[in-house]
Amino acid sequence: MIRFLLLFSRQGKLRLQKWFTPITEREKKKITRDMTTMVLSRQPRSCNFLHWKDLKIIYKRYASLYFCLAIENGENELIALEVIHRYVELLDKYFGNVCELDIIFNFEKAYFILDEFLMGGEIQETSKQMVNRSIEASDMLQETMEEYMSKPAF
Amino acid sequence: MPAVSKGDGMRGLAVFISDIRNCKSKEAEVKRINKELANIRSKFKGDKALDGYSKKKYVCKLLFIFLLGHDIDFGHMEAVNLLSSNKYTEKQIGYLFISVLVNSNSDLISLINNGIKNDLASRNPTFMNLALHCIANVGSREMAEAFASQIPSILVAGDTMDSVKQSAALCLLRLNRTSPDLVPMGEWTARVVHLLNDQHLGVVTAATSLITTLAQKSPEDFRTSISLAVARLSRIVTSASIDLQDYTYYFVAAPWLSVKLLRLLQCYPPPEDAALRSRLTECLETILNKAQEPPKSKKVQHSNAKNAVLFEAIALIIHHDSEPTLLVRACNQLGQFLQHRETNLRYLALESMCTLASSEFSHEAVKTHIDTVINALKTERDVSVRQRAVDLLYAMCDRSNSKQIVAEMLSYLENADYSIREEIVLKVAILAEKYAVDYTWYVDTILNLIRIAGDHVSEEVWYRVIQIVINQDDVQGYAAKTVFEALQAPACHENLLKVGGYILGEFGNLIAGDPRSSPLVQFNLLHSKFHLCSVPTRALLLSAYIKFINLFPEVKPTIQDVLRSDSQLRNADVELQQRAIEYLRLSCIASTDILATVLEEMPPFPERESSILAKLKKKKGPGKVPDMDEARWNVNGNTEHSENTEPTNKAPSHPFTDLLNMNSSPAAGASLLVDVLSDLSSPAPTPTTGPGPGPTDVCEEHFSRFVCKNNGVIFENQLLQIGLKSEYRQNLGRIYVFYGNKTSSQFLSFSSSVTSSDTLKTQLNVHTMPVDPTVEGGAQLQQILNIECLSDFSDTPVLNVQFRYGGTLQNIAVKLPVMLNKFFQPTEMTSEDFFQRWKQLGVPQQEVQTIFKAQHPMDTDVTNAKVQKTASLYLKPLCGGGVGLILKCCNVSGFTTRETLNRSFNGSLNL
Repeated sequence: MIRFLLLFSRQGKLRLQKWFTPITEREKKKITRDMTTMVLSRQPRSCNFLHWKDLKIIYKRYASLYFCLAIENGENELIALEVIHRYVELLDKYFGNVCELDIIFNFEKAYFILDEFLMGGEIQETSKQMVNRSIEASDMLQETMEEYMSKPAF
Repeated sequence: MPAVSKGDGMRGLAVFISDIRNCKSKEAEVKRINKELANIRSKFKGDKALDGYSKKKYVCKLLFIFLLGHDIDFGHMEAVNLLSSNKYTEKQIGYLFISVLVNSNSDLISLINNGIKNDLASRNPTFMNLALHCIANVGSREMAEAFASQIPSILVAGDTMDSVKQSAALCLLRLNRTSPDLVPMGEWTARVVHLLNDQHLGVVTAATSLITTLAQKSPEDFRTSISLAVARLSRIVTSASIDLQDYTYYFVAAPWLSVKLLRLLQCYPPPEDAALRSRLTECLETILNKAQEPPKSKKVQHSNAKNAVLFEAIALIIHHDSEPTLLVRACNQLGQFLQHRETNLRYLALESMCTLASSEFSHEAVKTHIDTVINALKTERDVSVRQRAVDLLYAMCDRSNSKQIVAEMLSYLENADYSIREEIVLKVAILAEKYAVDYTWYVDTILNLIRIAGDHVSEEVWYRVIQIVINQDDVQGYAAKTVFEALQAPACHENLLKVGGYILGEFGNLIAGDPRSSPLVQFNLLHSKFHLCSVPTRALLLSAYIKFINLFPEVKPTIQDVLRSDSQLRNADVELQQRAIEYLRLSCIASTDILATVLEEMPPFPERESSILAKLKKKKGPGKVPDMDEARWNVNGNTEHSENTEPTNKAPSHPFTDLLNMNSSPAAGASLLVDVLSDLSSPAPTPTTGPGPGPTDVCEEHFSRFVCKNNGVIFENQLLQIGLKSEYRQNLGRIYVFYGNKTSSQFLSFSSSVTSSDTLKTQLNVHTMPVDPTVEGGAQLQQILNIECLSDFSDTPVLNVQFRYGGTLQNIAVKLPVMLNKFFQPTEMTSEDFFQRWKQLGVPQQEVQTIFKAQHPMDTDVTNAKVQKTASLYLKPLCGGGVGLILKCCNVSGFTTRETLNRSFNGSLNL
């Protein structure tokens, strides 16, 4: 099971956080601090895996953003690495050449896409087409709904 | 950029975000945020009702502010209102805000639940998905109570959309993790298993996650999933790479689903059905074969996905641990990865090989890679890879390669990263002890360890070397000589000084014959470093000095001078001052005999678990220490070593010890003395009233074994094993209770206490040391009970153990084998004295006689031995000729019982 996913910049600014288990705000801040210092201090060309407490930390850098995933011990590191990559692909597909700014200004969209992809710490849908289809469907839904609503009700 | 072009972008939000980004300082940011918060508050409080769009925008701003790390104390109500909007985006933002911000004890939960309920009932798949996501994200108990019974039916209903099925499966999984008691098992479980056959691979993936979690908790209920999972896996691995359309990821067919199916199979032993088993073996072979095929793409994603499946397959092979050919193939495959150019693969190969090393089938195969692993230790640039290499060396170590591995670890230690030094020190210390064939090597290794990484040598390590030197006669001279030499170095670590001080204090006499290490030289050497070290070390050295006074009377004046000096007698540290004063006084007034008694050589340490191993376990957490077969070693020679030492120093002191072992030789009159003493245990103590657990059955299954024995297993069930080691001296006793967690998961709120009947409380004092409330899976917890016998007693105390395992409270009560005979002490007296005392005992209650038929032929020696062992009695033939044996015993508190043991010709025994 995935415990949490963090996105942060090279300067250690947190851009997105998703916690799959209930954790207090204080603990969240502490973990975030630990993760950013740990991951940012890694040498280039090191491996993408770390042990941290009883969890495995899988991280990967895409341009200026670090994606950092915590999974339980005994889970598969390589597939977790591809969870990150698939999420990046989904963002890329939606925003078209995604960059850090897209995630800053459309953070709610980044959450919605993540929710289509992961749920309860497990992967929900691995097909890129499927995820995109449902994201687009909801965008469409809103447009038609809005058109509908803009008409006078009576 | 579709998101922006669609016109649903909230312009106000974008402006606010860019304002924040333009803030030059933290203060400016806080100022801007406070301004915005004031604005939003006034909008929410204003008289004018806000339209949906504004509400959505402000809630979204609040969310942004919260995610920046600021506290939000309003807006929750507005977010909940958004749930009932029929505009999708408004609803979506409402749910997002709640998922991120609402904690489970919020008073809004009933309103939120209401919104969710409406959306679940809407039959609109998009709305249903939002609601299910919210339940999974918040996952609180109230939500579980409200919806746990409804979700299974959504999951298995025939008309549910695929995407809703996926959400429902994972939502159920989440609720099962947080509130398992609220998720009802039932008719739906069988139908869930059949989702493994579903057409839609997304549904299968989600269902596999759910089934795996459920199967971990109740494997029997989901056993049917094995065959379905194997069939599904087989279809995936044999499919052409394009068959699965979008579920093919960089030319790898459904890697996520494959990994999940392989994990599901790891909940079970290898399938019993032969056909199924061979089908699974085929799958695993295909996966191993694919690893040898040339890659279909140069992209790293292709190799990652392919190898993810491969590693999971290897994990399953290791889990089954039954197919030698597969295990060896797995090992060879990992061997290839050890030299792969991808750091990730080298890391994972080292990690997986660690588990492979513990399988008997592949241990040898793993060992062949020793040179590669050692090379990794020397050349890897990444510290986490080097750490895995250390782990693997530790796991693959056995007698044949221990010297090489220990030497390599020691040399690596010189340059190792500070973060992992302590762990390496522990590992070296454990391996050196475990595989020591001669203890000189062990002593050398530990001293090297202190020299190289003294700061990282924890107390456990140097305590341990002292325990071993004290218990091993043959190494003491060598140890003294070696520490003496090591101390010659101009700068040596304080830990070395501690070991040196202790060992020379005990065994300095063994090397004193050599003029180069005469007593005075030894003393001067130690004392030259005295002023440089910390208070605890100085205290230890003072004790070494007083021991010197006993060992070498000729240095007494010199040492007395040192003790007498102001820097000792008036030392600011109270402990040092007290030691100096007491030792000085002792050396002045005590006679040589008294000194020799007081300062006698330390007795051997009792057998105990290696404290180092315990520390390593604690450091790494449960399951991280590769199983070292015997968790508990004997200080007097561990199992590996015992073959060598057994004949010399472990020879049983009594030739009948083995006959007395009532477990192993039931035929040899085992029940004899148990019968005699059975009345000791018959008045079964009722668990007392008071805070103890309810009426649990008191286990006394193994109780009678302990009549003669002091050590052994007193209780065992599927979860827990309780072992005892007891020592008695006069009226005092100490019991070490070992609680072994036999499961792989934690015991929570663990507690144990001893209860005695009211009468027993006045007769026997039992003091319980507190224990940790959690026992990790596979770990062992030790508890010490101190017992004081105040007067004679016949009841038995009861050990009550309580803990929580997998949500249920376990109550165990065990009769503690504390019996009066444990406190008996032998006395020797002439027959005249004996009969004189015998005659004084005239009161009827003071004499008990039982006559019974012996079940076995009687032999004086054997009987003697048994009675001695049982009751610690001193047995002496008085009248000779086998007519009668009389014995008498006293317990320490002065209460006298007398028993006669009369062996008559017809073979009956009177007691």
